Amino acid sequence: MAGVRLLVGTRKGAFVLTSDEARKSWDVSGPHFAGWEIYHVKGSPIDENRIYASQSSSWFGQQIQRSDDGGKTWQPVDNTFAYDGVPGTHQWYDGTPHPWEFKRVWHIEPSTTEADTVYAGVEDAALFRSNDGGKSWHELAGLRGHGSGAHWQPGAGGMCLHTILIDPSDAKRMFIAISAAGAFRTEDGGESWKPINRGLKSEYIPDPEAEVGHCVHRLAMHPSRPNVLFMQKHWDVMRSDDGGNSWREVSGNLPTDFGFVIDVHAHEPETIYVVPIKSDSEHFPIDGRLQVWRSRTGGEDWEALTNGLPQSNCYVNVLRDAMSIDTLDSCGIYFGTTGGQVYASSDSGDTWAAIVRDLPPVLSVEAQTLR
Amino acid sequence: MIRVVLPAHLKMHANVNGEVMLAVDGPATQKSLLDALETNYPVLRGAIREQGTLKRRAFVRFFACQRDLSHDEPDAPLPDAVASGAQPFLIVGALAGG
Repeated sequence: MAGVRLLVGTRKGAFVLTSDEARKSWDVSGPHFAGWEIYHVKGSPIDENRIYASQSSSWFGQQIQRSDDGGKTWQPVDNTFAYDGVPGTHQWYDGTPHPWEFKRVWHIEPSTTEADTVYAGVEDAALFRSNDGGKSWHELAGLRGHGSGAHWQPGAGGMCLHTILIDPSDAKRMFIAISAAGAFRTEDGGESWKPINRGLKSEYIPDPEAEVGHCVHRLAMHPSRPNVLFMQKHWDVMRSDDGGNSWREVSGNLPTDFGFVIDVHAHEPETIYVVPIKSDSEHFPIDGRLQVWRSRTGGEDWEALTNGLPQSNCYVNVLRDAMSIDTLDSCGIYFGTTGGQVYASSDSGDTWAAIVRDLPPVLSVEAQTLR
Repeated sequence: MIRVVLPAHLKMHANVNGEVMLAVDGPATQKSLLDALETNYPVLRGAIREQGTLKRRAFVRFFACQRDLSHDEPDAPLPDAVASGAQPFLIVGALAGG
């Protein structure tokens, strides 16, 4: 049956939300792994029943779970994330060298071409790959070792590798982003990496145009145009038309250019979505009005989408991995909040409705389009 | 047999109900007990002790016989009452407060 499966990671477990194509009525399954923090859950684009979940706890560490039946049952796979060789140091908050220490997996990205290949972005920032469905992991050490790693510094949320984009036309070409180091690109499957931060300006670092040190919150790409990248930075919404070699700001008329999520419409590569968030430090919608903003022009010109979203007394946040889209003919957009709501639009963002309202704080939302 | 009580999170993760009963090779120590536990339940590797260093995770505690054994040396003998199975070895998640 065609439909949509939403994989929702929360502070206290994972939830699987399923609907048919109409996306009006949803079945809610969960919590899976109750009591554990689920930073991310993502399905394979090759096999919709193969799903990975990052399960972690400050008490009991990191686990990785795998399902081969669409989230009905799960099996723990390998949870050893050992940095390659002597890990060395990065900069700590006070500028002193600090040893690289594994804390958790923030993001899981299954390969677009190999069923058993999956990538994991971790804190402290590094990229790992498994070629056996999660049974073993090894670091792609060229990222930390490319030259600037010793100068990376954590953001307030930790030094996390949170975004992994794979070029659909060339699986060896990938883009990743790290808070607070910036964006990086590989052309050789992760062996070597290049910082791609030219054009970013961050007034909160000593050299606002430094090669690294930028707090990139999220990258997005339409699969038909892998050279066009969109970025929600700590401040500023940015766009690159050359695979990240250069960036320009497209914040335009947004009420604030701070936020965490950014995503691209499934069928309109110039239609993008953000959720503006008030900052510094408040991290809730402006005036308590939850709004998704949409640009149909690839940035600069934005419109507020409010129909069905709370327009008073709403003080939630939408975290960086908590927006996703489906690829049905009428594109669905989904996002989760730190207040435990998951909102859905089945008409490209024109109207919204809450699927669930009282989950634990939502960390991530991934949509799987079922055929 | 040594009796081990896991915290709720790890019971769920290891699919365990009630106490775990372990046979330990050689002297009964924290290390030999945890080695046996991880051999019998590989999914617990990294959840009680850190991967590689095998240090106790910071927010995990070991209690038995009304004593906190968390800071004992890994190779120190366990209390006789634990080694004989008269008393359980408790693996506890430290309280979070709040």
